Amino acid sequence: MKYFFRKIGLLLFALFVAMTLNFFIPRMMPGDPARELIDRMQGIPPEAMESIRIAFGLDTKDTLIVQYGKYLLNVLKGELGISLSRFPTPVRDVLKIAIPWTLGLMGFATILSFFIGTILGIGAAWSRNKRWATLTVGTFIFIRSFPYFWLGLLFIYFFGFRLQVFPIGNAYSFYVQKGGWDYFLSVLYHGFLPALTITVSSLGGWILTMRNNMINVLAEDYITVALAKGLPLRRIKNLYAAKNAMLPSITSFAMSLGFVVGGGLLTEMVFAYPGVGLMLWQAVQAKDYAMMQAIFLFISVAVLIANFLADLAILLLDPRVRDSGR
Amino acid sequence: MFKDIGKLFLGNKKALFGLLLLLFFALVGLLAPVIAPYDPKSNRVETITVLSEERDRSRTISREDLDPSTEKKVYSQSVTTTYERITKKLPLKGKPSSAHLLGTTHSGQDIFSQLIWGTRVSLTVGLVTGLFTTVLSLCLALIAGYFGGLVDDVISLFTNVFLVIPSLPLMIVIAAYVTVRGVIPIILILGLTSWPWPTRVLRSQVVSLKNRDFVRVSKSLGEKPSYVVFREILPNMISLVMASFFSSTMAAIIGEATLEFIGLGNVSVVSWGTMLYWAQANGALLAGFWWWFLPPGICIALIGTSFALMNFAIDEISNPKLRKR
Repeated sequence: MKYFFRKIGLLLFALFVAMTLNFFIPRMMPGDPARELIDRMQGIPPEAMESIRIAFGLDTKDTLIVQYGKYLLNVLKGELGISLSRFPTPVRDVLKIAIPWTLGLMGFATILSFFIGTILGIGAAWSRNKRWATLTVGTFIFIRSFPYFWLGLLFIYFFGFRLQVFPIGNAYSFYVQKGGWDYFLSVLYHGFLPALTITVSSLGGWILTMRNNMINVLAEDYITVALAKGLPLRRIKNLYAAKNAMLPSITSFAMSLGFVVGGGLLTEMVFAYPGVGLMLWQAVQAKDYAMMQAIFLFISVAVLIANFLADLAILLLDPRVRDSGR
Repeated sequence: MFKDIGKLFLGNKKALFGLLLLLFFALVGLLAPVIAPYDPKSNRVETITVLSEERDRSRTISREDLDPSTEKKVYSQSVTTTYERITKKLPLKGKPSSAHLLGTTHSGQDIFSQLIWGTRVSLTVGLVTGLFTTVLSLCLALIAGYFGGLVDDVISLFTNVFLVIPSLPLMIVIAAYVTVRGVIPIILILGLTSWPWPTRVLRSQVVSLKNRDFVRVSKSLGEKPSYVVFREILPNMISLVMASFFSSTMAAIIGEATLEFIGLGNVSVVSWGTMLYWAQANGALLAGFWWWFLPPGICIALIGTSFALMNFAIDEISNPKLRKR
């Protein structure tokens, strides 16, 4: 139980840090970009100006501490300000449309690549002196060094532009009615390349982690004993070694989730996939600060919660952790 | 100590290949002015040919007006050179040819020359950021790991928190607010967002070394903390520090390219990231100009692979279990 509370404490503290960063980053920068932005927005009715000032927390009547308190309350209420690029839609409403796409795409791709990577990693460690293992590990190390967005560009070029077998933007075809089987197929068809990009480029990480964990476990004495007893190799590989090597792999899965999500955001930008990543890109281009900050906050919360869930999984799977609190 | 590591490192095929790859890019970056056939930022070439030179010898004698006692003689020799200056504009969006190995950009700059000059910027940013991140995280790790207690708790807490806060969106938000666009802000942003992982790894190593017998002995002999840290602990984690440096550098090169690709860098600097930015902004992809957007990515991947290989080798050297026997 101690473990559980510690993890909850960490989650809450991390959320608090993310919110605090979000509040102080714009205020720490020289030149006050928020005010600059308001100056840029001449020709907007004064009432709207007023609401933007409030949205930015630029009520100079308040001290910084009061502003900070108000900001925290607003975030907890889910009020994230007003999007400038889609004025006057609240950021919350814009985000609502984008979130399902991102969750679907990244959730699917990440879990897929975790499983494929883990299985390949187990294989690569087990037969690490074989040519195929070296080749697989080498190939994915090379691919892992690609910037995510560049791999996306490469796929778009070959499959979308050269071969023209896959679409190069959007999440579904505009000619298909929403809902129903055709729509579902169209979503799959459009999501294939972005998902492939995320899966392929994050695969190397999982393979490497799993391979190294597995090699460490394979050097343990109980594996030697199992081998000496003449247990079936398959059993040793899957039940003795892989099972134990999986646990640190889950932890590092949680750790590198933030990195994968970052890559996913870039993939969305390149594929013009209407998720949070594309929205972030548009916000950057339009200097829509409220939008950017809300997206940062959303992504942080999502990753932190995913991390927390991974920690819970460890709690369930690892008897050392499970029993330590008793 | 260092000699042994060096010997092992060079004896490892992966490490050697990675090192050679890195040296190749470093050489390209250093010799950029010599190798690059064109100016990466200019869209025209000027050739100056001297057609004729005429020397006109004349002697002037002038009398100083103010002081009659002195006489000043001025000899002047003027050379009249007739030359031809041909300004040739480079083709816009040119295809690869013998004159332009990788074609030209939308405004007529030679892409091959940009790639070579870009090596210099991208590699420098990567190495400087890598060094910055490593030094920062090493300091934090040594302080936290050696002193322990409350200091350790605080540093560890923040490391763990920043480890899970996704760094790319954070980087983007900070970079968007920074009004100065350029290489130095990028180095700072990358360094300040990528310290948690190396700090965590290094700290746990410091903690484990701190409890080894030789460190305890040194401490009980009354050695100063600075001696224990720099003479006993640090030399024993050099390989890990190197590994952190390599990963940080690799991450920084990709990070720089990413920020610049999104348009958060200074787009007038020629680097691999800005090349990709301009390629994307001008629809190189959909026009099928592979020679514009493929080469920068391949270079980034090759440098990344070089660092990954060296890291892999360090892993094998320091963890005998991973070594093939």
